[in-house]
Amino acid sequence: MIFVALLAAVVAAAIFLFAAPPAWFPAPISALASAFDTQFLRTLWLTGFAFFAVQILLIWIVLRYRQRGRNPATFTGNYRLELLWTSVTALLFFGLALMGMPVFTLPRLGPEPPGSERIEVNAHQFAWNFRYPGPDGKFGRTDLRLISDAGGNPLGLDPSDAASKDDIVVSTLRVPVGRDIVLTLKSRDVIHDFFVRELRVKQDVVPGMDIPYRFRADRTGAFEIACAELCGLGHSQMRAVMLVMPAADYDRWKNNPGTH
Amino acid sequence: MEEQPGHTLTHRPGVRWYSSDHRSVARLYFFLALIAVVTGQALSLIMRFHLVNPQAKVSWFESLWPTGAPSGIMTPELYLSILTLHGTIMVFFVLTTAPMGTFANLVLPEQLGVAHMAYPRLNALSFWTIAASFVVLIASFAGPGGGPLSGWTAYPPLSAIGAITGPGQGLGQTLWLLSIAIFCAGSLLSSINIIATVIDHRAPDMGLMEMPLTCWNWFVTAILGLLSFSVLLPAGVLLLADRLAGTSFFVPAGLRVGDEIIKGGGGSPLLWQHLFWFFGHPEVYMAILPGFGAISVILSVFSRKTIFGYRAMVTATVAIAALGMLVWGHHMFISGLNPYSSLAFAVLTLAIAVPSSVKTFSWLATLWRGQIELTSPMLYALGFISVFVTGGLSGIVVGQPGLDQYFHDTYFVVAHFHIIMGVAGAFTLFAATAYWFPLLFGRMMNETLGKVHFYLTFIGVYATFLPMHFAGFAGNPRRYADFTTFDFLAPLMPLHRWITHAAYFTAAVQLIFLANLAWSAMRGKLAPDNPWNASTGEWGSRTRSLDNDRPL
Repeated sequence: MIFVALLAAVVAAAIFLFAAPPAWFPAPISALASAFDTQFLRTLWLTGFAFFAVQILLIWIVLRYRQRGRNPATFTGNYRLELLWTSVTALLFFGLALMGMPVFTLPRLGPEPPGSERIEVNAHQFAWNFRYPGPDGKFGRTDLRLISDAGGNPLGLDPSDAASKDDIVVSTLRVPVGRDIVLTLKSRDVIHDFFVRELRVKQDVVPGMDIPYRFRADRTGAFEIACAELCGLGHSQMRAVMLVMPAADYDRWKNNPGTH
Repeated sequence: MEEQPGHTLTHRPGVRWYSSDHRSVARLYFFLALIAVVTGQALSLIMRFHLVNPQAKVSWFESLWPTGAPSGIMTPELYLSILTLHGTIMVFFVLTTAPMGTFANLVLPEQLGVAHMAYPRLNALSFWTIAASFVVLIASFAGPGGGPLSGWTAYPPLSAIGAITGPGQGLGQTLWLLSIAIFCAGSLLSSINIIATVIDHRAPDMGLMEMPLTCWNWFVTAILGLLSFSVLLPAGVLLLADRLAGTSFFVPAGLRVGDEIIKGGGGSPLLWQHLFWFFGHPEVYMAILPGFGAISVILSVFSRKTIFGYRAMVTATVAIAALGMLVWGHHMFISGLNPYSSLAFAVLTLAIAVPSSVKTFSWLATLWRGQIELTSPMLYALGFISVFVTGGLSGIVVGQPGLDQYFHDTYFVVAHFHIIMGVAGAFTLFAATAYWFPLLFGRMMNETLGKVHFYLTFIGVYATFLPMHFAGFAGNPRRYADFTTFDFLAPLMPLHRWITHAAYFTAAVQLIFLANLAWSAMRGKLAPDNPWNASTGEWGSRTRSLDNDRPL
């Protein structure tokens, strides 16, 4: 009964892995991330139960019904049983899916929270730049032809536009803790993806589209931003840092970005 | 090749290179898939090696890829081109061609009670078209600049604007697209042949609801192939046009790559994703549905039971295929799609869990109160049920857009699709090979080697892919050529070393399968007419004589 032993070992290994996981989620830093963790645990319990139930049933069937020279049963179906397992799985899985909808819709649908901090995320092969509108609250005009990394103008800000004069362009994303943030994700070349693990949200950055990304971080700290859509040979090096700062520090920095 | 009454299969049928006979075509597909799977697996080992030894100097890397691995150290672009080729080979040339190309060709006509396919020459043409596309694919790797590095999904603009986006994105990417377009043409021919055979070439007394489940699954798979390859083919042509003819179907305006401003524009990168996944999701079912049929037959034969709930099984197959055509958007939850669309795709995706569960329960009910005989095909089939459940359940996680926004493009997804598509698919192919080996080579496969191979593979795949989910929990992105840049990836290295070693082990024990294959094909026990006491038509000597082999 090597098969039964191996299958039992797989079930035991799965229990062990979840009891002493070799890796796990980082601590959440937003209400949404906590809601994600709740929904994930719900899903894990249901799928985990189904996993053990079916694997153990398979073990039992193989043990119980090994060939012993008896005549096999001759039934070919059982309408009520089939109806039962079809409707039970449908109810469980649809119920689970419905409970998980808000985790997806909350950051994406509904009105933008008033007074949100607006920041632009610009991705290109293979770096991130973050733009703040400055005191005038307006993002200035940019021009692809003016882009110059060496000249310190990675986004091609147009100096002839008054609104662009006070724009802040930096390579670290600074955000205030406890305030609503709306990022606008932009790419100028290929598709990238903005991923902060602690926020539990990933969003593709698609050239030609301005995609919003809303969040509110409830904990200060430094968190890594990773590109999560294959963008070319430097994909695995496309890293930036998000600093979640106390609101007062953030305001001080924003009013005088040069000093930091 | 005289037919000997009662001993139809006592001589070893050879491969006839120019025959349009369906069993000869089946053997050709079998060998193509074998070459492809050995190549694809070797590439995966190189990837796993590199991920845990990113700075290693390997002299034969340099001999094989002078520009991709200068002084033996693999560059990210070489890693990504190997990744692209691994995915493309495994999805197209193993999991698409083998389940249907090999096994439908081997037994479909006899299971329908007829001697031939509807279009034997079209069938042979389909194989040679697909073989040509394999040659073009390998050529894409050998061109200047190396192979394409945009993955098997080839998302534009990365795949659309040429070598400026990276080495290999020039000629390599063009040849890759050409290969896929040729592959689509070959698959369409094959689909047409299968559909016509099932609809029009059944024995007069065989109704659709009397066909073996294998036939139902090949039939539905062929319909999926017809509907989805006929979308991928024009999509590939449009992308080729973007690359070669200056069109902008998939390239938006206002791009600047490096220091170059890209001309044209006005296209949509998401359009490609819609077209690609409209093919790509049904593709998953094309890889696994034929296996469902084979597993159903094998479970029934080796438990000496009629398949439980035949009608429900047919309905579930059709339901999985129909829903499978409507869920392509779940690959695009975070692509910038309208969130409402994602919700609709999510509901349809979770709906697939229902017919999939019906299948699983029906398989278990088939075994229930049976007389289970643990032959090697049966072991592969039981192993399939186990991995199918495991991989299906992780689909419940990534099928929810709220959870997918974290797991998308992490190793959780890599683990999910390798189990549900790769491993479950491979187990159906192992099961089918062991079961129908007498029809492929006239001999029996060695049972002891088959069982040892199954046990070790079963250990190996779980040892590789169960822990891999945990890298996904930690948010480890996939398609990273190395894990050295990010602080959060450093603690995952021991886990990755484990996965790499488990992958080495799994690959090594496949040598047992290859040895069994070679030895049994040449020296195995001669197969009797109906070695498994099965009731389907391919085993009956009356329906089949090897004299059916005809020249093209």
